[in-house]
Amino acid sequence: MKFAIALYSPAHAPSSRRALLFAQAALAAGHEIVRLFFYQDGVHSASSTVVTPQDELDVPAQWREFVTSNQLDAVVCIAAALRRGVLNEEEARRYSRTAASIAAPWELSGLGQLHDGVQAADRLICFGGP
Amino acid sequence: MAKSLLIISRQAPWSGPSAREALDIALAGGAFDLPLGMLFLDDGVLQLLPSQNAKALQQKDLTANLQALEMFGVEDLFACSTSLAERGMSPEALNVEPLNVLQDDEIAALIDRYDQVITI
Repeated sequence: MKFAIALYSPAHAPSSRRALLFAQAALAAGHEIVRLFFYQDGVHSASSTVVTPQDELDVPAQWREFVTSNQLDAVVCIAAALRRGVLNEEEARRYSRTAASIAAPWELSGLGQLHDGVQAADRLICFGGP
Repeated sequence: MAKSLLIISRQAPWSGPSAREALDIALAGGAFDLPLGMLFLDDGVLQLLPSQNAKALQQKDLTANLQALEMFGVEDLFACSTSLAERGMSPEALNVEPLNVLQDDEIAALIDRYDQVITI
């Protein structure tokens, strides 16, 4: 089955970890993930500036490793990210901000990518919603 | 054929960016001519209250975004009858139309009818 996965919660929320476990289990069972889309506070789950205490699970790092090793299409919503101060180098330059906290393998893009994922997937699975 | 998507908006308009971000999904999909529906559920029905004073909260008015739904071709708009009743809201005095007010069993059927569902 083809899955699109949307995540709305930051790395410190249990749902971010659950989304990652679901995604890992989906691939392990032979399914395909056509898109990851991080929306709302989910943009923080992709942040490269989160510093996790040494004895805790580094969820943003795990996401990064998971996306990279499986070469997944991983999109962070640009409007949601800008509003929350999560920028890549290009956006940081554009808005004259001093910090960039999104880098490869993540791509900043628009909500069209969520709809594209919805169209390409058999199932859209959301984590961290109300 | 394009897959249909039901957007379920469950958050009050001024409790954070959720109401706006749910509408943004609808407007973005409408721009691509996708078959979309939008259901206002739980505190989400509070978005439908007329005469909200966003300025008093130093917020940007959401009404324009709601009105834009029709212009973007998102015409299948639904509200939960139970959610309205729980909040003492009359289905006759809401700021979005046409709006279909649905009973609980009709909502179950509605969700079933769409290919994909996203809840914000």
